[in-house]
Amino acid sequence: MRIDEHPVLTFTRGKKVTFYFDGKKIEGYEGEPIAAALHAAGVKVLRHSHKKNRPRGFYCAIGNCSSCLMVVDGVPNVRVCVEKLREGMQVETQKGRGDLIVED
Amino acid sequence: MLKTDIAIIGAGPAGLNAAISAAAMGAKVLLLDRDDRAGGQLIKQTHKFFGSRELHASLRGIDIASLLLARVREFDNIDFRLGATVLGYYEDGVITAEYRGNFLKIKADRYVIATGASEKILPFPNNDLPGVYGAGAVQTLTNVYGVLPGKRVIMVGSGNIGLIVSYQLLQAGVQVAGIVEAAPGIGGYLVHAAKIRRAGVPIYTSHTIKEAYGDSSVQGAVIWQLDEKWQPLNGTEKDIEADVICIAVGLTPLTELLWQAGCQMKYVPQLGGHVNLRDENLMTSVPGIYVAGDVSGVEEASAAMLEGKLAGLAAAKSLGYSIENYDELWQQAISQLDGLRSGPAGEKIRSGLKMLVR
Ligand SMILES: Cc1cc2nc3c(=O)[nH]c(=O)nc-3n(C[C@H](O)[C@H](O)[C@H](O)COP(=O)(O)OP(=O)(O)OC[C@H]3O[C@@H](n4cnc5c(N)ncnc54)[C@H](O)[C@@H]3O)c2cc1C
Repeated sequence: MRIDEHPVLTFTRGKKVTFYFDGKKIEGYEGEPIAAALHAAGVKVLRHSHKKNRPRGFYCAIGNCSSCLMVVDGVPNVRVCVEKLREGMQVETQKGRGDLIVED
Repeated sequence: MLKTDIAIIGAGPAGLNAAISAAAMGAKVLLLDRDDRAGGQLIKQTHKFFGSRELHASLRGIDIASLLLARVREFDNIDFRLGATVLGYYEDGVITAEYRGNFLKIKADRYVIATGASEKILPFPNNDLPGVYGAGAVQTLTNVYGVLPGKRVIMVGSGNIGLIVSYQLLQAGVQVAGIVEAAPGIGGYLVHAAKIRRAGVPIYTSHTIKEAYGDSSVQGAVIWQLDEKWQPLNGTEKDIEADVICIAVGLTPLTELLWQAGCQMKYVPQLGGHVNLRDENLMTSVPGIYVAGDVSGVEEASAAMLEGKLAGLAAAKSLGYSIENYDELWQQAISQLDGLRSGPAGEKIRSGLKMLVR
């Protein structure tokens, strides 16, 4: 669902990259928000809520509301509406709060 | 520690103008925005702006942003950093920011907070379903990244934002199933409403959303009518299929930094929620902290630009900087602001601002 022709705007996109959504390979453009790339690929459910396990998507798209938290390259609670897409990213649906990474 | 005369947080129309007017007086300015494009809300606006010509009306929002950015770039004494999210304000007057993976500590003699506003949400069953998006989010997705929010949209709210975003969606090839408005009349300018009506989009005044439905994302909504007392009327339900419900019921100021800094705040519904008290120089109750734009009352871009000018001038003057025609510049901005806020359309803002006088 990308816009190719628009009466007012022209879109300059970064280079095409591949990334992974729950292990599945998807294409997007480098530098766009992860959420935009997912949405263009038809993915709307980004996480499930803590208590009632309800599906959640983005809401504000400017990094304010915390509706779009996902696990990105192993790091939970990433706001994918403002996190930029890079080649090879592993993006996963977040369930619940997400665990802090403990490294020794 | 980064030191500067004036740190300005937010590079929307308010912050950009504050930077320009302070720098023109000779102050050393640090301008920060968390986004990677300058212009705030302006970068999503493809329509031609209303307002007066001195304030760039009749230009598209995105073009106003480029114009202001070019002005900012003319000054060597403005250090402009995009991708810099201000995280907090501390007791000793230091702010911290995340800047491209680095942690910055900043000490400025004056601060101008121009962080703008964010989308409100509306309570109804299933309003957390994916596909229920804020109007700003729909604009960002469509106008900045060129990704369609869906195929068919129900717009909630017929203020200028609801009307304009509906029109922008139609331009981008998305169907608008209807605009739902709780008030008995259309909220925005009738010129915008007429364009939407001509495109065949129904506007349901005195209606609200009863509930949204869908399995894992929006598949539609049931709307119903409201009586004169804003109570829903049983038996008036209409089912509308759509994969997006766009919420355009207004903005609320992004005031976290003001709260942290201990600025005196007040709840003023006319201005969008909790806002800071301020004096005629746009200074808050905390000495040295100024405000400009939507953060101190949701208005519009022209007002944000003028407040930015004023805050920039006042902050620079308080540090001993001067400019020959200061009084003229000040008076000009004040009278333009008065003009914008005059008449019946400005009544709401005027009554709200009265409550903020320190
Ligand atoms: C759909 C729509 C149509 C509109 N049409 C018109 C119109 O025709 N005419 C008109 O006059 N007005 C219009 N407006 C209103 C206008 O866009 C806003 O009133 C104006 O942009 C407010 O300016 P601002 O500088 O206060 O805030 P914003 O433009 O919101 O800018 C705030 C900036 O602060 C940044 N920021 C926030 N928090 C932080 C932080 N912690 N650290 C760093 N940076 C931060 C943000 O990234 C943003 O860039 C419209 C608005 C919308 C949504």
